[in-house]
Amino acid sequence: MVNVSKIKEGIVIDHIRAGHGYKIFQQLGLDRLDDVVVLMRNVDSEKMGRKDLIKIESNLDINLDVLGLIDPGATISYIKDGERVKKVSLTPPETVTGILTCRNPRCITNQEHITDIKFHLVDAATNQYACEYCDARTRL
Amino acid sequence: MLKNRSLIAPSDLTLEEIEELMRLSEKILQTPERYAAVCRGKLMASLFYEPSTRTKFSFDAAMLRLGGNTLGFSDPNTSSTAKGETIADSARTIGKYADLIVVRHPKEGTAKLMSRYAGIPVINAGDGGHHHPTQTLTDLLTIRHYKGSYSGLTVGVCGDLKFGRTIHSLVTCLARYENVRFLFISPEELTMPAFVKEELNAKGVSYTETTDLEGAISQLDVLYMSRVQRERFISEEEYLRLKDYFILTAEKMQLAKSDMIVMHPLPRINEIATDVDSDPRAAYFEQVRYGMFVRMALIMKLLGAEEPA
Repeated sequence: MVNVSKIKEGIVIDHIRAGHGYKIFQQLGLDRLDDVVVLMRNVDSEKMGRKDLIKIESNLDINLDVLGLIDPGATISYIKDGERVKKVSLTPPETVTGILTCRNPRCITNQEHITDIKFHLVDAATNQYACEYCDARTRL
Repeated sequence: MLKNRSLIAPSDLTLEEIEELMRLSEKILQTPERYAAVCRGKLMASLFYEPSTRTKFSFDAAMLRLGGNTLGFSDPNTSSTAKGETIADSARTIGKYADLIVVRHPKEGTAKLMSRYAGIPVINAGDGGHHHPTQTLTDLLTIRHYKGSYSGLTVGVCGDLKFGRTIHSLVTCLARYENVRFLFISPEELTMPAFVKEELNAKGVSYTETTDLEGAISQLDVLYMSRVQRERFISEEEYLRLKDYFILTAEKMQLAKSDMIVMHPLPRINEIATDVDSDPRAAYFEQVRYGMFVRMALIMKLLGAEEPA
């Protein structure tokens, strides 16, 4: 069992579905941070069986849309002086801009390389989003 | 208010706005000469990045009959796109010359992209397999003209229901009206896609699926035909077995109601036999004419042109 000490100041992203931690790590650009970041994978969990967990020793402004897209079941705890001061539960965002790309090869966004494409949530159960240009469904 | 808006998808229009367009179309249809100068001095850019003689002619004729002018191309090799210009830049540039853009493009979402940058109204004249809203308006005007209203109608759509975008748009648009019932007549390989049926289910709209045109035709007020394409079948045998099932002939028309109308987005290949053409219930060539009138009404509304006194 690996032990990682509690952080004094920063953010804990908990209850990440096992296997999704690295995706979140990448999408939030945590590899580019100079602060301490710990990604734990396949941690035993009573509720989930196994889960991933990320601890960030930084007051980073986290893009909750990205997290909601990848894993709406994850929870965010903000830590100050070793104590949790705020806990946030995620929901899939209604719209996301500039995060998803359209996978429809017939969509104009794949010819024009548009970076600020807006996607609308069409099915919260499966976390599916529709491209504002061609309506094709996609997920992260 | 439709003034200065773009039309990208049929769902951009409320039922009230559709009604507004239908009323104006019918007025134009009755006395087109009264509208011969309402768009004088206005310029419409018709940008056809893929060939579509019929739709381009319809839009051009509509604008010219309103007294406006047109410019544009029907071969993308003659446009700046051939030099590598982006759609966004083309829209910005053309928006400085014209008052209205009509665009057809093989890529889905192109009209929407143009509308973002043009600064003038954009009409989607077809973006790949996605939307073709003025075809839907054409179909609605045709049905309204022959049937008076949409409520209570039994509408049969026949042929390639899987890939027929005009059919998807028409069905989802008609489903917004009360008490419309659908019969989906197609080979099993080409049935109505789930997303259309899901929408009908959610609205509680009644529909039946069948492979039997002859068995269904007597129930219909409107029969909307489309082409069954050979290339959609994996097995040639299956195609040969089914193809004649979906050809409308004068013989099959004997089974239909005396006031049923037959529609088709055209061009037809062989799915409506030529012996149906002389039947007074054949509305498909008139449908083309209504297409021009509804485009005249749409252009007027988007440009904010005043109705003649």
